[in-house]
Amino acid sequence: MFLVFIETREGKVKKSSLEALSETKRRAGELGSDVGAALVGTGLECLNPEIFSFGASQIFLLENEQLAPYSSQGYATALHELVKEVNPKAIFFAATAMGRDLAPRLAAKLGVALASDCTKVAVKDGKLEFTRPVYAGKAFLTLTLKSMPQIATLRPNVFPLVEPQNAVGEVRKKEVTIPPGAIKGQVAELLKEKGEEIDVTEADIIVSGGRGMKGPENFALLKELAALIPRSAVGASRSAVDSGWIGHQHQVGQTGKTVSPNLYMAFGISGAIQHLAGMSSSKHIVAVNKDPEAPIFKVADYGIVGDLFQVIPALKAELKKLFE
Amino acid sequence: MNILVFVKRVPDTESKIRIHHETNTVIEEGLNFIISSNDEYAVEEALRLREAKGGQVTVISVGAEESTTILRKCLAMGADEAVLIKDDLKETYDGLRIAKMITRAVEKKFPHFDLLLFGKQSVGADNAQVPSMVAEMLGLPQANVVTKLEINGTQGTALREIEGAEEKVIFSLPAVVSAQKGLNEPRYETLKGIMAAKKKIIPVMTLEELGLRKEDVAPQVDITKMEMPPARQAGKIIPGPPEEAAKKLAELLRREAKVI
Repeated sequence: MFLVFIETREGKVKKSSLEALSETKRRAGELGSDVGAALVGTGLECLNPEIFSFGASQIFLLENEQLAPYSSQGYATALHELVKEVNPKAIFFAATAMGRDLAPRLAAKLGVALASDCTKVAVKDGKLEFTRPVYAGKAFLTLTLKSMPQIATLRPNVFPLVEPQNAVGEVRKKEVTIPPGAIKGQVAELLKEKGEEIDVTEADIIVSGGRGMKGPENFALLKELAALIPRSAVGASRSAVDSGWIGHQHQVGQTGKTVSPNLYMAFGISGAIQHLAGMSSSKHIVAVNKDPEAPIFKVADYGIVGDLFQVIPALKAELKKLFE
Repeated sequence: MNILVFVKRVPDTESKIRIHHETNTVIEEGLNFIISSNDEYAVEEALRLREAKGGQVTVISVGAEESTTILRKCLAMGADEAVLIKDDLKETYDGLRIAKMITRAVEKKFPHFDLLLFGKQSVGADNAQVPSMVAEMLGLPQANVVTKLEINGTQGTALREIEGAEEKVIFSLPAVVSAQKGLNEPRYETLKGIMAAKKKIIPVMTLEELGLRKEDVAPQVDITKMEMPPARQAGKIIPGPPEEAAKKLAELLRREAKVI
């Protein structure tokens, strides 16, 4: 069996988990394995149809009141119990904030190595082979893991979803035992900025600003542009963040986040090497910059050499027409 | 408070990475090495906690002799002690073996600690594995990718960054915390600090001293290929005045790229 951890937030399955499930289904299929999906927490049954439709043949609901808030210790304990029982060949997570927090904890419990943030999984000579970016995408490693089970986290926005099927399978509820004092830390509260903000790592489209935005007030222009485009987020270069124009959670690049959206639009970003590392795997890139020599144009599919303060309003008007 | 901070020597983010294809390793010649930027936030946070609550800050790195350079930087920033765990293998991209060494060093040499601080990930291997693995091996709670940290007696409260939001994590000490940009603004070394750091002795711990055999920390990650990302081609520059160019761009994104 291949096991995949399904992350839920506010009662919904994360899209990145469905991507991980889809990839698990493909690779397990190649090796003649079936797919088990593991959910941790309480009141998760309502999600079963969706998870079956994306290819799981078994669902494990790992329940305990103490697991209602996320805790790496509690979740790792629950998953560890399941792993001992079903003895999977491989365990996949989405490389989300939770997946990246939890997978290494489980790997350490099992005493095995972990492939983080993979962008490709292949089967070669009956073994799994993982490809992952290092140096924020300046280089890619292809690796195999000598230890068993194989554990990997898969980067969001990279693996395609399978076509959902009408399918059902077996559901197994497991009451997890949490020894007293085993959870020494847990999430107490979720703090959300107003509105449904999408993170740059999960957005389909990123509109990003750099030094050429000239000041914090002008990021409002990018926010307005993003507001017109479904599933989009505002990104920023390091210099914009370091100047205090926008929060660091928007920073794209080697010291920020590595992103692979469908479309990355860079406004007033010259394209420093550490920024290019973080966004070059975007499927399509647009650059708008006054300087025709800016390195960003070397990676852009479409470029406009000109004043972004003239281009953005014009683009906004065009998109408004398109989306109305 | 007794705080241990773990730091790593990595290539400068401004560096171009070149690959030695026979060995699947990064060519070090011509690279500038620095302390991983996330680790600087960890060091700064440790110093601030010590200033507020007293105690001791010990900085530890796993790596070759050259890592003493970044340890001296941390001493110059104000850390009390620095220790090198000597590992002669080059970057293995295997977090588990590093976590094993750190866990063993903590158990054997620094059993009395309140807080283990890390950067959220090394800027390079980009694994983000070691803090959680060490927490598990030592049976400690963890708070990763932290942008705010408060310690009250034996309880810690941290804000940790998740997708489009933050989580408030409450935990008991001792604990593992990994730092994210935004936690603080790291200080510069002072001249006095630099001079004092030069004179400091940095003890070196070998794996034998930690009771680890080579096979205990043999890499479990087998690198079969290291390559550059596929090169991107420069595309088309859309000519014309801004309104026309923007109109053309929207059209290309819809009809040609099919992304909006």
